[in-house]
Amino acid sequence: MSLKRPAKDQPENFEFNSSSLEAADKIISKYPKGKQQSAVMALLYIAQKQNNNWIPLVAMKYIAKLLDMPYIKVYEVATFYSMFNLSPVGKYFIQVCTTTPCMIRGAGKLVEACKEKISENESELLPDKNCSWTEVECLGACVTAPMMQINDDYYEDLDKEKTLEILDKILKDETPKPGSYRGRINNEPENGRKTLMELKNA
Amino acid sequence: MLKDQDRIFQNLYNDLGVDLTSAQNRGDWINTKEITEKGRDWIISEIKDSQLRGRGGAGFPTGLKWSFAPKEVGSRPHYLVINGDESEPGTCKDRDILRFEPHKLIEGCLIASYAIQAHVCYIYIRGEYFVDGQKLQAAIDEAYEKKLIGKNAAGTGWDLDIYIHYGAGAYICGEETALLESIEGNKGQPRLKPPFPALIGLYGCPTIINNVETIAVVPTILRRGGKWFASLGREKNTGTKIFCISGNVNNPCNVEEEMNIPLKELIEVHAGGVIGGWDNLQAVIPGGSSMPLIPKEKCETLTMDFDSLVAEKSGLGTAGVVVINKDQDIIKCMARIARFYKHESCGQCTPCREGSGWMWRMLERMAKGEASKDEIEMLGDVTKQIEGHTICAFGEGSSWPVQGLLRHFKDEIKKRNNFDPIVKETQNIPYLVDQHLLDKNA
Repeated sequence: MSLKRPAKDQPENFEFNSSSLEAADKIISKYPKGKQQSAVMALLYIAQKQNNNWIPLVAMKYIAKLLDMPYIKVYEVATFYSMFNLSPVGKYFIQVCTTTPCMIRGAGKLVEACKEKISENESELLPDKNCSWTEVECLGACVTAPMMQINDDYYEDLDKEKTLEILDKILKDETPKPGSYRGRINNEPENGRKTLMELKNA
Repeated sequence: MLKDQDRIFQNLYNDLGVDLTSAQNRGDWINTKEITEKGRDWIISEIKDSQLRGRGGAGFPTGLKWSFAPKEVGSRPHYLVINGDESEPGTCKDRDILRFEPHKLIEGCLIASYAIQAHVCYIYIRGEYFVDGQKLQAAIDEAYEKKLIGKNAAGTGWDLDIYIHYGAGAYICGEETALLESIEGNKGQPRLKPPFPALIGLYGCPTIINNVETIAVVPTILRRGGKWFASLGREKNTGTKIFCISGNVNNPCNVEEEMNIPLKELIEVHAGGVIGGWDNLQAVIPGGSSMPLIPKEKCETLTMDFDSLVAEKSGLGTAGVVVINKDQDIIKCMARIARFYKHESCGQCTPCREGSGWMWRMLERMAKGEASKDEIEMLGDVTKQIEGHTICAFGEGSSWPVQGLLRHFKDEIKKRNNFDPIVKETQNIPYLVDQHLLDKNA
């Protein structure tokens, strides 16, 4: 169970803008009548997206009203799931996977790179609020380990130099290209695959 | 080695394109109507004949599971839920299906929904796979447009709606009842079973939950026949499976292979061998982090299927093979897995909530050589007290890897941990010391 605390500085008001509201209505319609509570996770995502990648408490209250459910249940959900940020994170939010398959392929070096380039501590915002990093559990790209996620995109097959390059780009406010950084295609073995040969040559 | 034409996921590496036309060229959607016209009983019996077992970890026979759905739809609608909350360390097979073979999954959803009489199907995808989920959404939109799903889906006369529900970074939501709780908008804490979801599941209605890979292989099985699928692998462990080989190998990769393939062949042929040569191998985790590791001696002859791995006191799980060579500190590796479980425990049952953290702290100390000898026995005791005393299988999942470490690497732990907590009289005794730790014999 991960410990998460809401930020100390909370905004006073929160409301969905029109595009968020439209997206929310579309999602609520996916679930049976009277089961609108199912949309709570999706709505928290929308709130997070609208509010610079974190969810203030007023947003939870707003969502609770919108879905006609108790505020505490929204709070429960928001604190239970690790992808809901309850305090501000960087515009580029870097998550480094350090679980065993990544660890044995050198995820520690990626953490080192983050410490050198961004901040000594996890979840520490740079003064310009552009960037923060954190260690996370398995991101499900073990075959292309070590890897990290920046916002929605996966950066795979990394090592320390390549991570430093990526971080340099981010600090210059450029979005680097996602995918494998050893130039391999998806999850195929790198040199000489033994299966589906004809398709490769086709 | 499996022949290329017997591989179900022809587009595993995305050589052929993801869109509907290329999927149809690979044979998806060509005769969905004819398949459903043969009837529900035929579909379920064909799946039973194929002896397909669930690909999500537990290996429950799929045909049997489908037959648990009520035969008549009562006042409550039926639901099909697809489990794509792939978070088991070492596993990344569902991601490739979501992004490269979405139409196999969607067609499988239609056939399975028809077989269990569901009109709504939810696909639960872990939140981190947002980009891959968008690719699946694009495929779903395409299928709606071509009338392959929706009203009178693919001309079968069956109505089906497919919706994606994103998770938000909770490993426990891969457990089927926790997944249902999560779709219902609660925190993902597993439910007690029985009642089983097949009777009381999502919103209290009959629900069948299957893994992404299980559903994605269904159309091919029905097209080529259950007998064909059953002819691959061996009795009760049939068909093909996507193996994810990661860790200290030269070419980590995903590969679809026949069940019962020798582990050595997987590593040496497909993954380019262990880094530093086969002799540098230390241990292998055969099926995702929950499964106990297997030391090198046994890896020589091991074959990869459900039953032969159970015989080795491990399991096939999700078939995420993590190779660990001798350059790694095995205790540290397991301590990191224990930290994963400590982080992901949902906190509902006390043995798991408290025990997972306890195991992690002990293992961290053992990796540094700071544990006392008694603690090695105590660690084993803690794992036994978690296992079987929790609502869901997370308890087993967190304690089995530690038990595997104790089973095969106890000597290594003993060698490193010589710390004796007894305070010797000859030393300078600190001012505050627990009385029971004072050396009585001195």
